[in-house]
Amino acid sequence: MTRRARLLLFLCGGGVLAALFVAGAVGMPGFGSTHHPDRDLAVPAAVSHGTANVVSAVNFDQRAIDTFGEETILIASTIGAVALLRPARGETERHPPDLGRTLESTRLIGYLLMPLTLVLGADVVLHGGITPGGGFQGGVVLATGIHLLYVTGSYPALERFRPMGAYRTAEALGAAAFAAVGAAGLIGSGSFLGNFLPTGSFGQILSTGTVQVLSAVVGVEVLGSAVVLLAAFFEQEISVRKNES
Amino acid sequence: MSLSAYLVAGYLVLIGCYGIVRSRHLVHAIVCLAVAQSGTYVLLVTIGYQKGARAPVFGSTTRPNRHVVDPVVQAMTLTDIVVSATVTALLLALSIQINKRHGTADPDELVALRG
Repeated sequence: MTRRARLLLFLCGGGVLAALFVAGAVGMPGFGSTHHPDRDLAVPAAVSHGTANVVSAVNFDQRAIDTFGEETILIASTIGAVALLRPARGETERHPPDLGRTLESTRLIGYLLMPLTLVLGADVVLHGGITPGGGFQGGVVLATGIHLLYVTGSYPALERFRPMGAYRTAEALGAAAFAAVGAAGLIGSGSFLGNFLPTGSFGQILSTGTVQVLSAVVGVEVLGSAVVLLAAFFEQEISVRKNES
Repeated sequence: MSLSAYLVAGYLVLIGCYGIVRSRHLVHAIVCLAVAQSGTYVLLVTIGYQKGARAPVFGSTTRPNRHVVDPVVQAMTLTDIVVSATVTALLLALSIQINKRHGTADPDELVALRG
């Protein structure tokens, strides 16, 4: 198909879609209205389980099975990307060459921010049930903190700080632990991923039952996935080279 | 006025698709896909918005009440972002392999399958 024909086809389809979308948007409840039936159901349900962060309650309690599916997508895409990024035929992994120089100020800021970012990430993961945040956000913050070592220009230090086996295991264990908590819910409350732990007093760190546990488990898995994924891309760029023949 | 937020969402999806159709490089196509996906975030957050309402997180100073934005669509947006990030990584890995095998990343030049 020529580019012109493809564009014409898109304009036809896109035009129809745009018209349908506008027609649908006209019939939607007004922007900023007070009519939110699912909010009216989700907030009391979260409060009844002692979860102050309602978004986490939706993710890890009310729709936890959906998050389980999402976790599976996460692990499947990571496996797919890592499998695709293995050194291909005719390529070998070499010791990375010198990566050049970094500004002293960049290095200083990298080394200063790394521990702060790691602490912030751990805080976001561990308080996911009661303050804004949760396992997904905190896991990404933790992975970012580790990769600040790359910003400082020391790829060998990053490699030492990042034993790949441990992160691959962490990723798998995170996914398995999610399923294990779900199965424990089956025994404890009669439904898969049911919130079977005591919900404590509202607003305290141990108040949310399984929400906090699942948040931590997801944090570990997201950290593992992000590190494994970024490592695969780094290796492609830095250490995998075509054989000269 | 109340319609414009919905229209922004639809515009982002369509302009992202337009970019994919016109794309001359696989990485460009993947970025366009990310633009189209961000239209869904705008749509979800628009649906959940309420004027003057607060974030759906309570604490010792904000006792639980119903004057918060819809937490369900916010949770769905979070899910959406995580999935789109990992799928983007998978697509980028595919593009790297395609570029290695075929020596080009222009979708129009990738006409035949090669084992």
